[in-house]
Amino acid sequence: MEQETLLSVKDLTIHYITDDGVMKAVNGISFDLKKGETLGLVGETGAGKTTTALGIMRLVPDPPGKIVSGEILWNGKNLLKVGKLGMRAIRGKEISMIFQDPMTSLNPVMTVGAQLSEVIRIHEKLSRADAAIRAGEMLELVGIPSERMDEYPHQFSGGMKQRVVIAMALACNPLMIIADEPTTALDVTIQAQVLDLMRSLREKFGTATLMITHDLGVVAEICDRVAIIYAGQIVEQGTLEEIYENTKHPYTKGLFASLPDMSSKAHRLHPIKGLMPDPANLPSGCPFHPRCDHARPECARRTPVRTEVTPSHFVNCLLYE
Amino acid sequence: METLLRVEHLKKYFKTPRGMLHAVDDVSFTIGQGKTLGVVGESGCGKSTLGRVIIKLLDATDGRVYFEGKDITDAKGDMRLRRDMQIIFQDPFSSFNPRMSISETIAEPLKIHHLCRSRDALNRRVTQLMDTVGLARRFANSYPHELDGGRRQRIGIARALALEPKFIVCDEPVSALDVSIQAQILNLMQDLQAEKGFTYLFITHDLSVVKHISDEIMVMYLGVMVEKSRSDDLFDQPLHPYTKALLSAIPEPRINKTRRREVLQGEITSPVNPQPGCRFAARCKYAKEICTRQNPELQEVCPGHMAACHFVREINGLQE
Amino acid sequence: MRSVEPGILEDSKKRSQFVDIWRRLCKNRLAVLGMIVLLILVFAAIFADVIAPYDYAQQDYTALHQTPSLKHIFGTDNTGRDIFSRIIYGARTSLVVGFVSLAVGCLTGCILGAIAGYCGGGIEIAIMGFCDILLAIPQTVLAIAIASTLGTGTVNAMIAVGISSIPNFCRIVRSSTMTVKDQEYVEAARAIGSSSFHIVRKHIFPNILAPIIVQATLNIGKAIIMCAALSFLGLGIQPPEAEWGNMLSSARQFVRDYPHEVIFPGLAIMLTVLACNLFGDGLRDALDPKLKR
Repeated sequence: MEQETLLSVKDLTIHYITDDGVMKAVNGISFDLKKGETLGLVGETGAGKTTTALGIMRLVPDPPGKIVSGEILWNGKNLLKVGKLGMRAIRGKEISMIFQDPMTSLNPVMTVGAQLSEVIRIHEKLSRADAAIRAGEMLELVGIPSERMDEYPHQFSGGMKQRVVIAMALACNPLMIIADEPTTALDVTIQAQVLDLMRSLREKFGTATLMITHDLGVVAEICDRVAIIYAGQIVEQGTLEEIYENTKHPYTKGLFASLPDMSSKAHRLHPIKGLMPDPANLPSGCPFHPRCDHARPECARRTPVRTEVTPSHFVNCLLYE
Repeated sequence: METLLRVEHLKKYFKTPRGMLHAVDDVSFTIGQGKTLGVVGESGCGKSTLGRVIIKLLDATDGRVYFEGKDITDAKGDMRLRRDMQIIFQDPFSSFNPRMSISETIAEPLKIHHLCRSRDALNRRVTQLMDTVGLARRFANSYPHELDGGRRQRIGIARALALEPKFIVCDEPVSALDVSIQAQILNLMQDLQAEKGFTYLFITHDLSVVKHISDEIMVMYLGVMVEKSRSDDLFDQPLHPYTKALLSAIPEPRINKTRRREVLQGEITSPVNPQPGCRFAARCKYAKEICTRQNPELQEVCPGHMAACHFVREINGLQE
Repeated sequence: MRSVEPGILEDSKKRSQFVDIWRRLCKNRLAVLGMIVLLILVFAAIFADVIAPYDYAQQDYTALHQTPSLKHIFGTDNTGRDIFSRIIYGARTSLVVGFVSLAVGCLTGCILGAIAGYCGGGIEIAIMGFCDILLAIPQTVLAIAIASTLGTGTVNAMIAVGISSIPNFCRIVRSSTMTVKDQEYVEAARAIGSSSFHIVRKHIFPNILAPIIVQATLNIGKAIIMCAALSFLGLGIQPPEAEWGNMLSSARQFVRDYPHEVIFPGLAIMLTVLACNLFGDGLRDALDPKLKR
C-alpha cells in the first residue's frame, strides 16, 4: 500500500546557542510520514523529541534556538522557507499540536466552547453562531456532552481537559497532528480512554499523527511505525513489528531490557549503564558508544550511517554496516 | 516472619471548603520484617497520604499504627522513631534544598541526631553513604541542580539511609525518571534491601514497577483498600473489578497480543464527603443496587488474597 | 552492578550560583550604573574627612550665598558653609540612616513574616492584622507620627523610618515562606527529625533570601527619601548636622535668589534613590532565573 508522503524531514539540525555553549539538541534527523499514518518518536528526556516537533511547527524559541540546516517538506513545500504569515496559516489548520500538560494548554479564563470556536474562526470564515455549533459537535466527538461548552477548564478533570485539547487540535480537520506526550500526565485508566479515543478518531478522519512519547507501551498501542531517537539522532526506525520483534540497535534493546516485565518475575532488571550525554558535549562518533556493551574502538571515531535492514527498517549502528 | 509494622483502621481526613476529604479511609494491613508492600492507585487515591501518616509526617484522624509491636500513633517528636522510619520522595527536583551541597544534604540527618563524634567521622560516614548508593565522590561539593534526576534520586536514598532506618516509605521514587535510569535505581533499592534487610512501603502508580519490586500489593481506590494479595496472585488472578480494569489499562510494550481490553468508563469521583456504598460503584459494570447502599467488607477470598466487593465470588466464578 | 557511572554532564557546569548572578547583573547596564553611583557614595561617606575641602559646620560670614566657584564648587549656604562638603558629609548621614533603619525594618519584618508564614493560624492572623493596620496609614504619615512622638534626632529618625518599613518585609517574607514551606525538601527535613527553628534557619531562610535582598535594596532609597522628608519637616536630623533633607529645608526660603542651594542637595537625593532603584531592579532580574535569557 503505497501512500503519498505528507511530511518529509531531511537532515534537520537544531541547536540552542547559550552562554554555556552550543546545545546540539537535534542532529540530522530524517524521517517521512505518510498520509493517515502514525509514527512514534520515542526517546528519553533530553533526546530532542520535543525540539523536533517544535522545529516542524517552526516554534523553536529563537534566540537561543536555531534551525541550523535541513529541510522540512510539507506536501512538497519546504516549511523552513515559508514566511511568518504562511506558517500561521498552516499551524492549527494543516498541522496542529497536542501538548503534554492539559492543565496549562487551556486558557483558564475562557470557556471551553469559546476557546474551541476561536480556533475554528481563526482558520475558517464562519459566523460566531456557526462556529459555536461546530465547537459543540467537536466536543460531542471526543465524548463530552455539548452542554458543557459554557464551562471553564477548571470544571473539567484532567482526562476531560485532554479531550478538549484533542477536540481543539481536530477542530479544523488538520492533515497531521503532533502529539507531544499526550497521555503522560494522565492516570492509566484515563490514558486508556484517551488512547482509545485517539485511535477511533484516527480511523474516522485519517489524520496522520506524529506521536512523541517515552512510553514503549503507548507506542505499541497506537503507532504504525516507530523511530527511536537518542541524543538528537534517530538510531533506529521501522514498522512497529520490526522494532519490537526484530530489535537491532543496542540502545533500543537496552530500552526494552530496562522495562520491568509484567508477565514473568525476573529478579533483576538490566538497565543501560551510564547516563544520557550532555547535548552541549556529545561524545565523538556514535553518541551511544560510551554506554554500549558492543562498542568497539571504531565506534568512537566514526559516526554510523543509516543502514538498511529491510526496505522499511533502518538502523544507525556500525554493527550492521 | 516477624511483623514490623501493623496498621489498624487508619483514617486521615482533611478539612476542605467543600467538606471532609477522606484521603485514607479505614485502612488496615501488616508488613513483615524485610518485606516490600506495594501500594498502587491512581492520583488522588490517598496512597501518598497513607505513607506520610504512617511515618508521622501527618497526624492520623483515627486508627492505630504499631511499629515493632509498640503503638506509635501518638508518639510525638520521638527522635528514635525518626531514625527507624524514613522516606524517599518522588520528585528528585524539589526534594533537595537548592542551597545545600550534596555532602551537606547527606550529613544533615547525622548532625541532627548527633551520630558522628567528630568532623572526620562525619566526612567518612558521608563518603561511605555516597559509595553505598553509587554516587561518585567528586559530587560531594556539587549542588543538586547540577545533577540529573537519577543521581539526585541516589542522594535521596543516601539521605534516607544515613540514619540506618528499619522501615522506608518510598513515595513514587522512580516515577520521574527515564526507564533506563529507573531500572538502575530499582536495582539499587533491591540490593540495599537484600544487604541491610530494609522493609519498604513502595507507593507507585506504575503497575509494572510494583510487580517487579513487591512481595505483596495493595490496591487503593479513593482512600479505601479494595484488594490486597501476594504480588503474583494479584497479576494472575485479580479479583476486584477495579484491579481488573487497572491491569487491562496498562499499555504493554509488546505487539500482536490478543488481549481483551476493558476500558473503564467515567472518571474518579470526588473523595470529599463520599456517599455510603462502594466507592467504585459509579464506574463498575457489575454494580447493583446494594453497591450504592452498603460498604463492601474486605474479605479473604482465597488464602492471603483479600478483596472488598459485594460480588467478588460471582464475578470470578468462585464457590462460597 | 553498583558501579559508579562516568560523568559527562558535570564538567561543563562547574560554576557557582553567585558567579552566575554576577554575570547576569553585569549585563544590565543601568544596574551597573546604579551600582557605581552607590559605590561612589559609600566611598565618599567613608572618606568624607579626606575628600571634603571644608568642615561641614564651618561657617564663613565673609562668603554667604556664594554661587558655585572654584573655591566652593557647589557654592555656600546662608551661613557661609560649603555646600559640597555638606553634601559629602550628608552622604554619610543618609547612608547610615538608610542602612540602620533598613536593618531595623528588615530584621523585625523578617522575623515576624517568618513566624507568620511558618506557624500560620492565629499567630499569622494577628501579625498580618498588625501589618495591615500599619499599611493602612501612609508610610510618610506613619513616620511623621512616630518621629513626633519620639522627638527629633538621628536615632529616632532611624527608628521611625525603620518601623514604617516593617510591613513591606513582613508580607514578602510571609508569602515566600509559605511557598517554600510546601516544598518537599522541607518535608524531608521534618522526616529526618529537624526542629522548626532549624528548618526555618537552614532550609527556608536561604531560599527566600533573594526577594528579601531585592526588597532591601529598593527600600534603602525609600528610607533615604523618608529620612530627608522628616528632616525637611524639622522632625529628623537637626542642623548644623549635615543632612540632605535639612539642607533643602534651610535653603528653601532662598530658592528664588540662590537656586543652587536647593538644586545640589536635591540632585544628591534624586541620584542616590535612582541608583538604589536601578540597582535593585537589576538585582531582582539577575536573581530571578525565570528571566534568564
